[in-house]
Amino acid sequence: MKTLTTAEQKVFQADASIQENSAVAQELKKEFPIFEQYPELIYVDNGATSQKPRSVLEAEQGLYTLACANVHRAIYSLGERATGLYEDARKTLAAFIGASPDEIVFTRGTTEAINLVAHSFGETLSAGDEIILTEMEHHSNLVPWQILAAEKDVRLEFIPVRDDFRLDLEEYQKLLALKPKLVAFTQMSNVLGTINPAKEIIRMAHDAGALTLIDGAQSVPHFPVDVQDLDADFLAFSAHKMCGPTGIGVLYGSENLLESMPPFLGGGDMIRKVLLRSFSPNELPHKFEAGTPAIAEAIGFGVAVDYLKTIGMDVVAAHEREITAYALDRLSEIPGLEIYGPAIEYKGGVVSFTLRGIHPHDVAQLLDRDGIAVRAGHHCAMPLHQKFNLPATTRASFYLYTTLEEIDQLVRGLENVVRIFG
Amino acid sequence: MDDLYREIIIERYKNPLFRGELEPCDIRFEDENPLCGDHIRIDVRLDETGHVKEAAFSGHGCAISQASADLLLESIIGKSIEEIKSLSKDDVIELLGIELGPVRLKCALLSLKVLKAGVYGLGVAHDDLVEEH
Repeated sequence: MKTLTTAEQKVFQADASIQENSAVAQELKKEFPIFEQYPELIYVDNGATSQKPRSVLEAEQGLYTLACANVHRAIYSLGERATGLYEDARKTLAAFIGASPDEIVFTRGTTEAINLVAHSFGETLSAGDEIILTEMEHHSNLVPWQILAAEKDVRLEFIPVRDDFRLDLEEYQKLLALKPKLVAFTQMSNVLGTINPAKEIIRMAHDAGALTLIDGAQSVPHFPVDVQDLDADFLAFSAHKMCGPTGIGVLYGSENLLESMPPFLGGGDMIRKVLLRSFSPNELPHKFEAGTPAIAEAIGFGVAVDYLKTIGMDVVAAHEREITAYALDRLSEIPGLEIYGPAIEYKGGVVSFTLRGIHPHDVAQLLDRDGIAVRAGHHCAMPLHQKFNLPATTRASFYLYTTLEEIDQLVRGLENVVRIFG
Repeated sequence: MDDLYREIIIERYKNPLFRGELEPCDIRFEDENPLCGDHIRIDVRLDETGHVKEAAFSGHGCAISQASADLLLESIIGKSIEEIKSLSKDDVIELLGIELGPVRLKCALLSLKVLKAGVYGLGVAHDDLVEEH
């Protein structure tokens, strides 16, 4: 299973010009077979999913050709190899976010991870308990709590989004007087690009006796996230938005917390002992991993993290910041284009916008004709769009392989859209 | 100029002939496509023989949904209720004169769905109103 070595890889340099770093991003595309297939593709829908480097694809195939067996049970060497690779991936993920391997539960993705907490941690809540969310949540950090609220009569409160597209922390402070049990929030909005002050939000929650869940779907792929530094209780994120496969994600939970929670799904591997009418749960993290896991995907996830580590998450973040600043500048030149999101210093590589008089679906469809992949719609954040009275927006979202030339082409594409609609 | 945004679609989106509201009217229905937030209301007035005398649409959405509403209403003037009931997906595609993928087809068919739900006097507009007969 080949991984990139720094020797064969061009690297972003802090002291290099934006053009030089953009050339590095272009060079990085060579590691992603999709760009070989479609050399003209301008993929700026990374908030939805990222492209995958060759090493990840090879790792998945490698599992099936070299070590295909079920994990955790086989006595034979093939099975031991599969188990070893699967558990190595868990260690890689743990090290990546500053956790211990027992605190890494593999799930199908961020959505399942949050549902796991809503279901399992939710069991420990009672009627009248409060959960604080924010107005900028993705549906995946909203609907699981709505389901819980309906089942257990738990109450939901929302930290408002201010007109500058940042969270209103004064209102948050007031909500904490309700003595919530949990504060669940996105570290970075998938629509506005707002990077929320997670450390501060968590400290305030802890001071009020609340636990916290970070939706890291948009943050972990794009900048360094360390659960020790953040003092996080739960963190959920997905592989497919960070160069890894679909169908695999992580729930991080601090060990004490995961220990105290009842199991989620029942089945094989999550048990220690089963009788006809009862069972005792397995140790962490297996207690939360019922059934045969996504073995190849987990291994691919580990290799995706290895790939990102060869570049460095702080370097990824710096490149995206340069690209985003450039995109904001260029896009604001287009007449009738309005951007929804905070100032660059509070923002990651996501730019949502509208063009006056032109529906986002038409924008996205016309850009597709130029080989530019953007997203149009409500981006699974309908309440946020309702708040700003928007039926839909168009969203461009960047990653380590996004170049200045691609931003220029996006701008040219949008100018063409404006021309067509005249 | 590409097919999907033929001149007639852009033209009807920007300068629709049948945009408006009819107060009072004989048939009124509205619905939306929650995926993209497209919203269309259709008002229809009938003459004494039960044929469409006037029709108007209001709401908002993409060029495909708005232009198809405008073209659809143009096509039903003078038609009987029975004739409207027999309209299908293919009729709308023919009016637009373009090939559409599954996502944009929903935009194109929203107006027909709304119109037929109104004509049938239904409480809800179902997708099967615009499926092939």
